[in-house]
Amino acid sequence: MQSFSRLYQTLDQTTSTNAKVAAMAQYFDEADARDAAWAAYFLSGRRLKRLIGAATLREWLKASCDLPEWLIDDTYASVGDLAETIALLIARPGNAGEEHSLANWVEQQILPLREQEHELQQRTVCSWWQTQNYEQCYIINKLLTGALRVGVSQILLARAVAEQANLPRELILHRLMGEWTPDVSFWQQLVSADTGESVPSRPYPFCLASPLEAEADTLGDVREWIAEWKWDGIRAQLIRRQGQTYCWSRGEELIGPRFPEIEAAAAGLPDGTVLDGEILPWNENGVMPFAQLQRRIGRKTVGKKLLTEVPCIFLGYDMMESQTNDIRSQSFEQRYAQLQQTVNTLDNEAIRLSTVLSAASWQELAEQRQQSRDRQVEGLMLKHVSSKYETGRKRGLWWKWKVEPYTVDAVMLYAQAGHGKRANLYTDYTFGVWQGDKLVPIAKAYSGLDNKEIAELDKWIRKHTLEKFGPVRSVEMQQVFELAFEGINISTRHKSGIAVRFPRIARWRRDLGPKDADTLDQVKALVQINDVADIADTQVSKSTGNSTS
Amino acid sequence: MIDVQNDSDKADLIRATSTGLVCDAGQFVIDPWKSTHTALITHAHADHARPVAQVYYASESSVPLLKQRLGEDKDIRGVPFGHVVSFGQTNVSFHPAGHILGSSQIRVAHDVDVWVFTGDFKRDHDPSCEAFELVPCNTFITEATFALPVYRWQPGSVVAEEIWQWWQSMQSAQRPAVLFAYSLGKAQRVLSELTAYTDKPVYLHGAVEKLTGIYREAGINMLPTIPIDLKDKSVDYKGQLIIAPPGASGSAWMKRFPKASTGFCSGWMRIRGNRRRRGYERGFVLSDHADWPGLIDTIEQTGATRILTTHGQSSTLVRLLRERGFDAQELETRYSADDSLTEETESDSTLNSSLDSGQATS
Ligand SMILES: [Zn+2]
Repeated sequence: MQSFSRLYQTLDQTTSTNAKVAAMAQYFDEADARDAAWAAYFLSGRRLKRLIGAATLREWLKASCDLPEWLIDDTYASVGDLAETIALLIARPGNAGEEHSLANWVEQQILPLREQEHELQQRTVCSWWQTQNYEQCYIINKLLTGALRVGVSQILLARAVAEQANLPRELILHRLMGEWTPDVSFWQQLVSADTGESVPSRPYPFCLASPLEAEADTLGDVREWIAEWKWDGIRAQLIRRQGQTYCWSRGEELIGPRFPEIEAAAAGLPDGTVLDGEILPWNENGVMPFAQLQRRIGRKTVGKKLLTEVPCIFLGYDMMESQTNDIRSQSFEQRYAQLQQTVNTLDNEAIRLSTVLSAASWQELAEQRQQSRDRQVEGLMLKHVSSKYETGRKRGLWWKWKVEPYTVDAVMLYAQAGHGKRANLYTDYTFGVWQGDKLVPIAKAYSGLDNKEIAELDKWIRKHTLEKFGPVRSVEMQQVFELAFEGINISTRHKSGIAVRFPRIARWRRDLGPKDADTLDQVKALVQINDVADIADTQVSKSTGNSTS
Repeated sequence: MIDVQNDSDKADLIRATSTGLVCDAGQFVIDPWKSTHTALITHAHADHARPVAQVYYASESSVPLLKQRLGEDKDIRGVPFGHVVSFGQTNVSFHPAGHILGSSQIRVAHDVDVWVFTGDFKRDHDPSCEAFELVPCNTFITEATFALPVYRWQPGSVVAEEIWQWWQSMQSAQRPAVLFAYSLGKAQRVLSELTAYTDKPVYLHGAVEKLTGIYREAGINMLPTIPIDLKDKSVDYKGQLIIAPPGASGSAWMKRFPKASTGFCSGWMRIRGNRRRRGYERGFVLSDHADWPGLIDTIEQTGATRILTTHGQSSTLVRLLRERGFDAQELETRYSADDSLTEETESDSTLNSSLDSGQATS
């Protein structure tokens, strides 16, 4: 695994995309097909199913070092990453241990753990810790917990494979989609020049939009653009090929079985049809809140009751394959016409067509966009009439034109150290607003500050800590932040009685004191609260792959 | 929660007060942060050597550095290492701390009561400064910057080899290699360690250059260096090693080095997240502070039964020492590195290539 571990380090240590591609291409050039297949598997963000839980690894760590338990806990809290903590505490420098290839490690060493008794697992894993060097120990731990992240995009990976195999990047990218087994035959097909083969389940890479930051009228003639509502559901790709239906999330997860009504409707589509769209909870009154969709996402299979309470539809945005032909290079207008015809012919209410808004001017579109909140959509999508269905995010042709978020001024109450990249820093904050003379927590936010502000705030937090509860500190109630968020729901799980969606920090309001922060009533008044059953957790959000973006 | 030091405990030879580490019996303050008459200075880093005293005593070899820091006109008196000077009812001596050139531990003896304050220290070999000397005592006041068991250092020569390999790879990639290192101590240590691999010149940021000159005058063997002249457009930095204070990272100064690969030399680089967060391509784990084994071993070797900690991961160290039967306590001081950021967050003023940049902390 030394060469894979070197590749991992190189990727981790350079910010240059060219250098990353070169390092991967070199690895693929030198690796045998079995190793290359596994490397592609991990580099594309695929993971082994977790073999050992983090709690178990922590127990084993405590048993294998001669340190008090609390000290190991403190250390872990400071490092923020368990795999790294173990490697830092146990692995010795320069100690490379017995060399196995990557494929051998995964297939012969790591995966067989699944069949082993707990004691044997512990002995095996602890002996790896003691015999491997830091880098390999770290990677092995990440593989065990199913959390190896390499930080290269699919596109970079495809570039590297394409460079090495001397094939078009788009082809490789497509071949990397969907579900596959990392073995010799997969790798050989991936890099083979023959493009005739096809895997019926294989999705196309999603075409993504960029946020529109400039004024809309800078986009030119409004008649060259098509506007649609930007829905807040799960972006999905619906495939009907060779008598089978496959429904993929953007996270490349097969989610069809969770939406049997959509799968059933898709059976009526002609073979060789691929649609891009959004899964939405939709009853006779129209779209339902996202929280309702979360009830469906949470389950692998759905019962009758839930099916009736939260019926779902697939709202078609685009079409990539029609009558077995890849039509992605046609213009949006042409593709949309075929989509329209396909949906109309199907005539099933579980698969619908996203409507195109007509407007004579940008001004008129902007006015329609103002209705977004009432319609429970996030804003508008703008697509150029001649745009192809691109691979990934190509600036300039597809834009998301979201409505302004809600904002409130809230006071920082608690801070917690971050994980991974932000270990060692207080980066996760809880904010509160006034209810009478008390501040009640309303939101946790992780993002929105730049590195300099994070560092400054971290320093402040350390100096103004009131109490420590494990990794959490309560801080003096002084710092006010403007929070932005997308919506508010009733929640019995939160003290405040509300849960805000996608909270983030808009600005650090150094000009405001705690007394200037908003009250809970003011926050509630921002929005007519959707009276829904309790939301599982606003942070779970769209784990199955975000909606249109 | 943080233990608050009991100011009324007059029996203590040295107390942390709002002025500094005060010794009443000797009528002096060690590394003061508020104005006072007589200061004993452990080393020339800004958080230990502040311009707040009338008279300063320090090791002989740190005098030129202190003059640079505090001003030529200041009354700074050099004391040879090991030489005993009487202050009031106490006998004081300076002993090498191995942190940077001239850095000292300060030993204060009053009758049979012997206290040692480490300032900042390390045990690892460093060709650019005097080697740490173990000084037995009853009460040991120690830094605790890296008091967590994940902090274990490789020898400086090993890290220097990594830096050399990185520099070579940037030579073949034809990119500048910009290494961020504290301008006092770390930069000179790197320049000295690198002599084992090459005799090529290294380009220096202005702040590093001046202090490097003082090291050279003290006879420290280092690579030849060239000060960077931003106005001179004829210099091609591709494949060159450039050493700059961390404050220069992300500043306009970096524009002179397009496509540079960046590296940072610090003990904090032991943690992956610290490097990733700052966006450095390379993190070189090279520290001028004691690592975990260095701290624990040193505490045990001094024979002290009472251990006071000044800055860093104090609460962790204190808890462990108490479990091991020591009388251990945290002191409230203003020395930095009390968290993972201080080495990195420097005030904006240091971004300008003033002398101060990069040496604000240890
Ligand atoms: Zn220092």
